[in-house]
Amino acid sequence: MIHFVLLISRQGKVRLTKWYSPYSQKERTKVIRELSGVILTRVPKLCNFVEWRGFKVVYKRYASLYFCMCIDQEDNELEILEIIHHYVEILDRYFGSVCELDLIFNFHKAYYILDEILIAGELQETSKKTVARLVAAQDLMVETAKEEASSISNIIAQATK
Amino acid sequence: MADLIIDAFSSQTRLRDMIRAIRACKTAAEERAVVRKECAVIRASISENDQDYRHRNLAKLMFIHMLGYPTHFGQMECLKSIASAGFPEKRIGYLGLMLLLDERQEVLMLVTNSLKQDLNHSNPYIVGLALCALGNICSAEMARDLAPEVEKLFQSRDPNIRKKAALCSVRIIKKVPDLAENFMSPAATLLKEKHHGAMIAGVQLCTDLCKVSLEALEYFRKKSTEGLVKALKERVNSPYTPEYDISGISDPFLHIRLLRLLRVLGQGDADASDCMNDILAQVATKTETNKNAGTAILYECVETIMSIEDNSGLRVLAINILGRFLSNRDNNIRYVALNMLMRAIAVDAQAVQRHRITILECVKDSDASIRKRALELIFLLVNENNVKPLTKELIDYLQVSDQEFKGDLTEKICSIVEKFSMEKIWYIDKMLKVLSEAGNFVKDEIWHALIVVISNASDLQGYTVRSLYRAFQTSSEQESLIRVAVWCIGEYGEMLVNNVGMLEKEDPLTQVTESDAVDILEAAIKRHTSDITTRALSLVALLKLSSRFPSCSKRISDIITEHKGSFVLELQQRSIEFNSIIDKHQNIRSTLLERMPVLDEASYNSKRKSGSLPPTTSAPTGASPKLPNGVVKSPVAPIADLLDLSSDDAPVPSSSGGDFLPDLLGGSLTSLPSLTGTGQAPSNGTDILMDLLSIGTPTTQNDVSTSDLLSTNHNNTPSGTPLERLSPPSPFSPQVSTPTATTPVMDLLDGFSPTLSNKKNSTDLHFSGNNGPVYPSIIAFQSSSLKIEFSFSKQPENLQSTLINATFTNMSSNVYTDFIFQAAVPKFIQLHLDPASGNTLPASGNGSVGQSLRVTNSQHGQKHLAMRIRVAYKVNNKDVLEQGQISNFPPGL
Repeated sequence: MIHFVLLISRQGKVRLTKWYSPYSQKERTKVIRELSGVILTRVPKLCNFVEWRGFKVVYKRYASLYFCMCIDQEDNELEILEIIHHYVEILDRYFGSVCELDLIFNFHKAYYILDEILIAGELQETSKKTVARLVAAQDLMVETAKEEASSISNIIAQATK
Repeated sequence: MADLIIDAFSSQTRLRDMIRAIRACKTAAEERAVVRKECAVIRASISENDQDYRHRNLAKLMFIHMLGYPTHFGQMECLKSIASAGFPEKRIGYLGLMLLLDERQEVLMLVTNSLKQDLNHSNPYIVGLALCALGNICSAEMARDLAPEVEKLFQSRDPNIRKKAALCSVRIIKKVPDLAENFMSPAATLLKEKHHGAMIAGVQLCTDLCKVSLEALEYFRKKSTEGLVKALKERVNSPYTPEYDISGISDPFLHIRLLRLLRVLGQGDADASDCMNDILAQVATKTETNKNAGTAILYECVETIMSIEDNSGLRVLAINILGRFLSNRDNNIRYVALNMLMRAIAVDAQAVQRHRITILECVKDSDASIRKRALELIFLLVNENNVKPLTKELIDYLQVSDQEFKGDLTEKICSIVEKFSMEKIWYIDKMLKVLSEAGNFVKDEIWHALIVVISNASDLQGYTVRSLYRAFQTSSEQESLIRVAVWCIGEYGEMLVNNVGMLEKEDPLTQVTESDAVDILEAAIKRHTSDITTRALSLVALLKLSSRFPSCSKRISDIITEHKGSFVLELQQRSIEFNSIIDKHQNIRSTLLERMPVLDEASYNSKRKSGSLPPTTSAPTGASPKLPNGVVKSPVAPIADLLDLSSDDAPVPSSSGGDFLPDLLGGSLTSLPSLTGTGQAPSNGTDILMDLLSIGTPTTQNDVSTSDLLSTNHNNTPSGTPLERLSPPSPFSPQVSTPTATTPVMDLLDGFSPTLSNKKNSTDLHFSGNNGPVYPSIIAFQSSSLKIEFSFSKQPENLQSTLINATFTNMSSNVYTDFIFQAAVPKFIQLHLDPASGNTLPASGNGSVGQSLRVTNSQHGQKHLAMRIRVAYKVNNKDVLEQGQISNFPPGL
């Protein structure tokens, strides 16, 4: 099971945190600080796994961002690397060659996508196409609702002119 | 019109603008100011119950939350947002719920009702949102409340809902395992899904159901094993499917999950294992491993093969795959190989041994994760046959390893060396090497244990002290090496100088003078990095050498004097007391400073196993006698204290030189009143020593603690105190001492003994219990060279008196001449020794000498009998002295 997902920039800024196991706010801060200390200092070409508090943290760096997932001792580390890559590819398709800035200004989108890939710390969907379709459909619903709202406010505005 | 809408938002910054403003901040203070301002606006907006901005406020709060600022005031907004009708509000509301709350917050319960409604919503996307939120953060209560709703959703026509429901159930059954039963049949149905997402979620749910419920495990084993094998077969042979393709493999995630579920089903069930053998073999041989995805599948497959019931062919295949992994260039693959070999040891240790050399190379890898794994694996691979080369390799590597790895490495090496110490010399050699290379990483208990072993290895003490002397010259930066060296030089300094006990393999040391030995101690005490323990040890060592190295006595005295002004109370006290001993008590010094008695290995080891030192138990203090066994006993206290010193929670507050002296003096003082006869004891000396005690130390307290320690020691309780565990209960190995040292000791003992017969002295004895007509004989003392047996008899009309018949047997091949037996008892016991039947002991146990002792226990019934003995004799005209304490008297004497 994946206990949490972290996206940390090379400068140690948190870009996304998702917790599937209960960690209090205080613990969360501590975990992030501890792990960024360990992971950001690892030089390239080392293995992508760090043993930490009896768990394993699988991380992978894409450009300036580190994608980290914390798993149990008996989980398959290599598979988690594939899950990370799966997520990154979906992000890439969604944003069109994703960069850190996309994830900063549209952080909620990154969460929505993650929620279509993982639930309860387990993999939910292995088809990138399906994930993209589901996210797009929901985005569309939001857009439609917004347009409706604005057209209503137009009507109100015109009526009250 | 569009402008008007933007205007409507203008009272607040947009999310995008806030993020920009925060990113533009140059300092943390600036950022805090921006965030504070934003939070104030959001709070105001919340309190106005402004619905138009709720969406944006929540998004901002999430961003602020990610930066690590408190956002609890937004929690209720999430709930409100979820409760509103529109999809956009619900979407952001659920996202906020998952991010800003965790399952331990009470607020979470309030969302249960909204969740229930949304799970029954007609819009599948809203159902999806609710399932996702429930699956990510539900608590046990919520799980119980909403499980029926989730269960219904397994019937949904939308596979995306079914997959979400399945994963949501994974969390539900983890929170409430009782609910497992309800999900078994829907989960089994999912295994037949064509939709990958739904099937993957179903396989996951089955795996977790098997973990929480035996019933489920049996159910799936019977019902689904064959189906799963078939599904995996289809996967393996499936043609190219672009939608699921990852580096040429169709949906490796599904492969992996299927293999994992098969593992759970096959474990402990031969039939199920049999059923999956073929497909496992196929996966193991056919999977392409030039990409990570394939390796991941193979890795999972190997683990399944290792876990299911035995099939030797498959296991050979699996171990070979691991061997291939191990020699891979990719660090990730090597890491998982090490990881898996660790589990493979349980299955086939021999096969793993074959990869020992490669694994050993991994210990030296530049990657900390790999090193750690490899080291743990090596540790499991060590056995009697390979321990020597492996240890050598590890110690060699210790020299060049990273600083941060040395701690782990040292710990493992020490652990291996201790575990496989078949030969003492090998153990000592390796420990000295480790101490020289990484002494700063060696834990206290490790070098304490080394000292105990050295103290027991009488034939290696000379060798050890010389090796330490050499090591000190080259590795004077390793704290624990210095401590051990200092201790050994203090104890065995004359062996260093005189090259006693030279081993054949040993390189002769260029002549070390007494002054050279003192140099070492001086260097140790003056090193600016030495801590209090090392300095205190050095002081004791100097004191000990002061009597053995007469030529350096003045110099030692000077070094000690320098520390009289130390700001560390411990050191100051030791120096002042030691200085007095050197300057004012020449005549008893050599006796006081004798070598430490052999430490009891067994009891030290059992103490280590049972954890830290138990607190000193205090017997009623007033009543407990000060046992007058100071002379022989004295060094016990310092070692106890020496071993304690470094632990912060040393039980006795005055654990220091304070223990040492009162102990010494306690012995002399109590026997003083009964001083009679031939005693040439320096009575004034004792007085001064008494004064000395009160300098800077809370004397009474010291006395109390000492006597407590000692009395418990003599009561011979099985649990024992630290002291008892450290001091040998009875057997002593022989100690050779020089003729000059022997004579004053004997005189001194004579002087102090309460009842004297010629050349016989008494110290401590205790009595307790009732008389019984027959008491079993005991072996009072046994060393490799000498055995002493005691048999007892008692007159029924006089319970206090016991007649002891001692029989001495010579176990060695040399004749002992001038044999003298001495005994000492505590003052509540009177001792009378009859002349021995002879003073020559024939060799090899051919005949023995007898002697009878009469002891009268004035506190019969309250105190046990105890006795210290000393035996002096000559072998080939060389004086030999053996000593010991007898505490195994039968009860009731």
